[in-house]
Amino acid sequence: MTEMYIPKEKLAGVVEDLIGRQRVYGPVFDGAYHNFEEIKSAGALDLAYSNTRLSAKGLFHPHSERMFEYSLASGDPEAGVLKETEKDYSPRVVLGMRPCDARALKIMDRNFNSPQYGDPWWVKRIEATTIVGLACNAPCGTCFCTTAGSGPFDDSGLDAMLVDLGEGYLARAVTDKGSALLSQISKGSAAPADAAQKADALRRSAEAAIGLQFDVGSITGKDSMELFNSPIWEEIQFACINCGTCTFLCPTCWCFDIQDETHGEHGDRIRIWDSCMFPLFTLHGSGHNPRQNKAQRVRQRFMHKLRYYPEKYGDGIACTGCGRCVRACPVNIDIRNVARLMSSSACVRPA
Amino acid sequence: MKNPYLPYPVRIDSIVTETEDRNLKTFTLVFKNPEDEARFAYTPGQFAELSVAGQGESPIGIASSPTEKGFIKFTVNKVGRVTSHLHSMKEGDVMGVRGPMGNWYPWETLEGKNIVIIGGGFAFTTLRSSIVYMLHPDNRSRFGDITVVYGARSPGLLLYKDELAAWEQRDDIKMHITVDGCSDPNWKYNVGFVPTVTKEKAPSADNAYAIICGPPIMIKFTLPVLTDLGFPPDRIISSLEMRMKCGIGICGRCNIGSEYVCKDGPVFTLEKLSKLPNEY
Ligand SMILES: Cc1cc2nc3c(=O)[nH]c(=O)nc-3n(C[C@H](O)[C@H](O)[C@H](O)COP(=O)(O)OP(=O)(O)OC[C@H]3O[C@@H](n4cnc5c(N)ncnc54)[C@H](O)[C@@H]3O)c2cc1C
Ligand code: SF4
Ligand code: SF4
Ligand code: FES
Repeated sequence: MTEMYIPKEKLAGVVEDLIGRQRVYGPVFDGAYHNFEEIKSAGALDLAYSNTRLSAKGLFHPHSERMFEYSLASGDPEAGVLKETEKDYSPRVVLGMRPCDARALKIMDRNFNSPQYGDPWWVKRIEATTIVGLACNAPCGTCFCTTAGSGPFDDSGLDAMLVDLGEGYLARAVTDKGSALLSQISKGSAAPADAAQKADALRRSAEAAIGLQFDVGSITGKDSMELFNSPIWEEIQFACINCGTCTFLCPTCWCFDIQDETHGEHGDRIRIWDSCMFPLFTLHGSGHNPRQNKAQRVRQRFMHKLRYYPEKYGDGIACTGCGRCVRACPVNIDIRNVARLMSSSACVRPA
Repeated sequence: MKNPYLPYPVRIDSIVTETEDRNLKTFTLVFKNPEDEARFAYTPGQFAELSVAGQGESPIGIASSPTEKGFIKFTVNKVGRVTSHLHSMKEGDVMGVRGPMGNWYPWETLEGKNIVIIGGGFAFTTLRSSIVYMLHPDNRSRFGDITVVYGARSPGLLLYKDELAAWEQRDDIKMHITVDGCSDPNWKYNVGFVPTVTKEKAPSADNAYAIICGPPIMIKFTLPVLTDLGFPPDRIISSLEMRMKCGIGICGRCNIGSEYVCKDGPVFTLEKLSKLPNEY
C-alpha cells in the first residue's frame, strides 16, 4: 500500500504492532528535550514535537562506538590482532524523523559511502533502517530548510512520510522500503477524499512561513580562494568560543576521531565524534598546526558546509537548514548571517 | 563488504636504526596471511596506516617499492605516542597495516620523461620507493635521466646509506648527496643546503618533472630555484602531510579546501596547490 490514513487514536496500536516485528526508534521526551531513542512501548513515542535536540545522525553514526576489539594477553596467539565488534543490524524503523534530518543523511551518505570506500557500520545501519518521516506543519523561526535545498515536506531522505492532518496522519510511501512498511500496518484506513488537498495546503503554508533567507547560488558560484581570503572571517569569528556545540548538534557534521582504549589485557578501538572547532583536530605530532587560530577553524566550518562540499560533490550545500546551530550557539553566531556575508546578497525575510 | 578500517596483521621481520640520533628506524614487515600481500598492491607515493593495538595508528609513507616482493618497509621518525611505541617494538612482534592509501606519483605521465628527485631529511621514504621502482630492470628504460638531490643535516642523519652508496656507483642515476655541515675529512659528497646544491647542479628542465619532498623550509627555498631552472608549476610534484585518522576520506580531518589529503592526495602538483587554501 502506498498511501493510508491513521487516525490518532489508532497510532498506539500501529506502533505496538511495529514493535512486535522490528526495532522501533522515535522521538522521546526526556524532561528537557526530545531525542531519538528505542521505543519499547508505544506510550514513549511523542510526535508532538518541533525537533529533537540532538539530530538523528547518532542513529547511524553514534557519538561513540566500538570498531574493533583486541587482546594484549601474553600467550594469546591472536594478541595484537584487531577483531570486528559484533553489532545488531536487524531491521528497524525510525518514526517521526523531520525531513531536514532525513535529507542530512543523504548528505552524510556521500561521505560515508563513496564509490571507493564504504564505511561498513554506516552502510549496514542505513540498509537496516526504514525511515518514516513527519512533515513539518509549523516550522520555527530558526528554520531555513527551503533555502538550503530541503523543505518542511521534503521527502528526499525518507522511505515514507506522515502528515499530521489534525485528527490523524496521512501516511505516504516514498520508496519500496516504505511501501513494504506500510503494508505491515493493518490498522490504517483509506485516506479521506480531501486528505491530499489538506496536506498540500499545509505544505504551502509551512514553506511560505520559512521564506528564502539567503542565496545559495551566489556562494557556490563565488571563487573559493576569494571567499577563503575574505576579511569577513575576522568579524564572524570574533565572538566564537570554540565550544563545538554547533558541530555536535549538526545533522551533517560527521567528523570523528579514532582512539584505542585498553582495560587490563583487553581493549577496543573506538571512534568518537570530533570537531573542526578544536585546535587538537589538526595538530601534527611535530607541533605544527595548520589551523591553530580560531578564525581559521571558524572559517573551516562554514567554508566546508557552504563552499567546499558543494564544490566537491556539486550537489547543494552540506546544511539542511535545521537551525540547531543557530538556536544553541551560546554567542548567537547565526549561519544565515554568515551565508549572507559570504554571498553579500540581500536577505528576503519571511513575510 | 571489506572493512577499510581493519588492518592486515603483520609481523615485524627486521628493524634497522637508520640515523645516528636513533630517531629513525626502518621496519620491514611481513604479512601474517600471505594472501594479504596481493590485496595490499601499491604504487610508489602511497602511504599506509601503521596500527598498534592499544596505541593507535599513524600514517606513514611506504618506503619499499612494489618491485620488492615478500615484505613492505616503513621508516618511522619517533615523535609521539604511536611512533614512540613502534620504536620500542621488537622483531617478531605483531602489529597491523592498513592501506595502501592516497594517490601516487603520476607514473604514467612520468613515462619517457627525465626525473629530478629532490629530498630532504626523513621525507626521503617514498622517494626511496620511487628510485628503487625506476631502477628496476623492468622499469629503467621507461624513464629518461634520473637525477637525485638528497640532503640531511649531517652524514649520520642520511637514510638508507648503503643504498645511497650503491646508487652513487651506478651510471644510470645521477646522485647529489649533500649535508648542511660536516666535520668528517673523509666526506666525499657535497656540503650545502638542498636549494643551493640544486642551483649548482642545475638539472635541466627539458622534458623533465621534479618530485620534491622535505621539510617546509627546504621546499620553500627550492621552489624558486626550480622555477628559475624552467620547471613550470604543473611539472613540480610534492607530497603533503596532515594529521590523519581514517586515511580514506571519511573522518573529515585532513582537508585543504575541498581536497582530502589522505584520499585526493597526498601527492599534488604545485599548480594544483596554488589553487587551494594555504592551510597545511
Ligand atoms: C601521508 C603521510 C606520510 C607520512 N610519512 C611518514 C614517514 O614516512 N615517516 C614518518 O616518520 N612520519 C611520516 N608521517 C608523519 C607521521 O604520521 C606522524 O609523525 C605520526 O602520525 C605521529 O604519530 P604519534 O602517535 O607518534 O604522534 P602523536 O602526536 O602522539 O599522535 C598520535 C595520536 O595520539 C593522540 N594524541 C597524541 N597526543 C595527544 C594529545 N595531547 N591529546 C589528545 N590526543 C593525543 C591523537 O589521537 C593522535 O592522533 C607521515 C604523515 C602523513 C600524513
Ligand atoms: S556553537 Fe557558537 S560559540 Fe560554539 S563553536 Fe559553534 S559557533 Fe563557536
Ligand atoms: S549547519 Fe546548522 S542549520 Fe545547517 S544543518 Fe547544521 S545545525 Fe542545521
Ligand atoms: S584522514 Fe580521515 S579524511 Fe583524511
